[in-house]
Amino acid sequence: MSFINEWGPTIWTGFLETLTMTSITLVISVILGIPLGVLLVNSSNQGLHPNKSLYTVVNWLVNIFRSLPFIILLFLILPLTKIIAGTTIGIRGVILPLVFYCVPYLARLVESSILEVDSGIIEAYQSMGISNGKIIVNVVLREARSGLVRGLTITTIGLVGATAMAGLVGAGGLGDIAYQYGFQRYQPSVMYATIVVLIVLVQIVQTVGDICAKKLQRD
Amino acid sequence: MIEIKNVTKIYKDKEREVKAVDDVSLNIKEGEIFGVIGYSGAGKSTLIRMINGLEVPTTGEVIVDGEKIDPTDKKKLQRQRSRIGMIFQGYNLLKTATVLENVMLPLKLEGLEKELAEQRSEKYLRIVDLWEQKDRYPAELSGGQRQRVAIARALAHEPKILLSDEATSALDPETTESILKLLLKINQELHITIFLITHELDVIQRVCDRVAVLAKGKLIEQGNVLDVFTNPEKEATKKFIGITDTMGVPLEILKPYTTNGQLVVLKFIGQTANEPIIADLSAKYGVSPNILGGGIGYLKKKAYGRLLVHFDFQGEKEFDDAMAGLRTQDIYYERVEI
Repeated sequence: MSFINEWGPTIWTGFLETLTMTSITLVISVILGIPLGVLLVNSSNQGLHPNKSLYTVVNWLVNIFRSLPFIILLFLILPLTKIIAGTTIGIRGVILPLVFYCVPYLARLVESSILEVDSGIIEAYQSMGISNGKIIVNVVLREARSGLVRGLTITTIGLVGATAMAGLVGAGGLGDIAYQYGFQRYQPSVMYATIVVLIVLVQIVQTVGDICAKKLQRD
Repeated sequence: MIEIKNVTKIYKDKEREVKAVDDVSLNIKEGEIFGVIGYSGAGKSTLIRMINGLEVPTTGEVIVDGEKIDPTDKKKLQRQRSRIGMIFQGYNLLKTATVLENVMLPLKLEGLEKELAEQRSEKYLRIVDLWEQKDRYPAELSGGQRQRVAIARALAHEPKILLSDEATSALDPETTESILKLLLKINQELHITIFLITHELDVIQRVCDRVAVLAKGKLIEQGNVLDVFTNPEKEATKKFIGITDTMGVPLEILKPYTTNGQLVVLKFIGQTANEPIIADLSAKYGVSPNILGGGIGYLKKKAYGRLLVHFDFQGEKEFDDAMAGLRTQDIYYERVEI
């Protein structure tokens, strides 16, 4: 009981910080990542609008950012973060690196779930005289939605992990608490408590994601 | 209605060129059901997909309803496509949409008002007899039902032409029969011209008015289904439709019959196939017929039969008289020499 009284507020704050970083990043990443995934699929050779140079550039960029561990990315784009976010510390300062980390990841998952969609369906809609743009939005993304939700679930969990590093720039979060108190001040019980919260959080995200994906599947 | 003019399609690989369709010309008339038959890889699929511009011919052109199909003019192509319905072997329905949504979504995307889209969807789902299932998902339906949804989806655009790309090939015989009946109904009641491709002989026999035989990209033979089935000109056609002079009767069985009398193939067309003419021959002309093989096929409008018969007779004159008698009843004969 006394543990909760003593550490509860700290952990709760950390939990809220993690939640804030994750959700803001996720919203921005969905807005950017889904179109980027669509772009990857459609500019490729088999896509609806093949464009070799565009595909090559986007593909390379995605690969480059996917090769960087978050902690490196965080420092690598510091100058850019300063320009865009106005600061490099706190939650404000960590969103941009998280977006840079998350978008290429999500784009790849979007790409693979779109590729799962039966090309015959696209052809059927083309044969009805419907434009490619409408087909992408109303047919392809709709049919891929179950896979998209699964991809989003994976991304969210990856993101929760990445936010653990956010403490390095003073953005707080559960990971930061576990590191600060558990490792640096040697208070393992605090570390264990945050780990339990993280595990529960990840379990909830995964379970909700699975249920939604299953509901959307229909076959 | 559909003019295919000297169309050739070449697929280029790094190492070789493949002529999928080789200088094919066809003319499909308004209101008919035209079938193209051939083995897989014969180029049927490429041919049908050129009619709505899903494939672009390397040379030659396709004209639908007086207008050239020109894939470079996107807006025009979209307008043309909306008047050409298409159904597929794999149905190509949205898994995530109900039966009703599957029919309605394309109409909405085409810009139809919601109310009109609903009316149309109901009308055509009733025609294909699936209105009761409107809230179910494709995964809950049988193959035949899925194809019916696809047909309703194609019809809801009220096209003048329906293209059928092996639409019954994944279905069992009974379901195939019901889909073919539906195609006949669509053709007769909605006056929609149907162009279909298939590798199933049965489909051609049951619904088509005219047929073209395609092999290795080339058009081998075309004509009325009745003519092609009763009088195939090319050897490849005969093979394809399973008609040979010996009707599959082994040679060693036929050999003894070549020493006397005459082996003939009799071809019946129309209602004569239903009458006991052979039995009457011996009474009238004194020849003794012995049926060795054959069969009766049923086409869309007529029955046709082919029989391999051995005639025993006293003199040539009796035989000639008997054959002349058959001619007056619209039965054709061909001597078979082994």
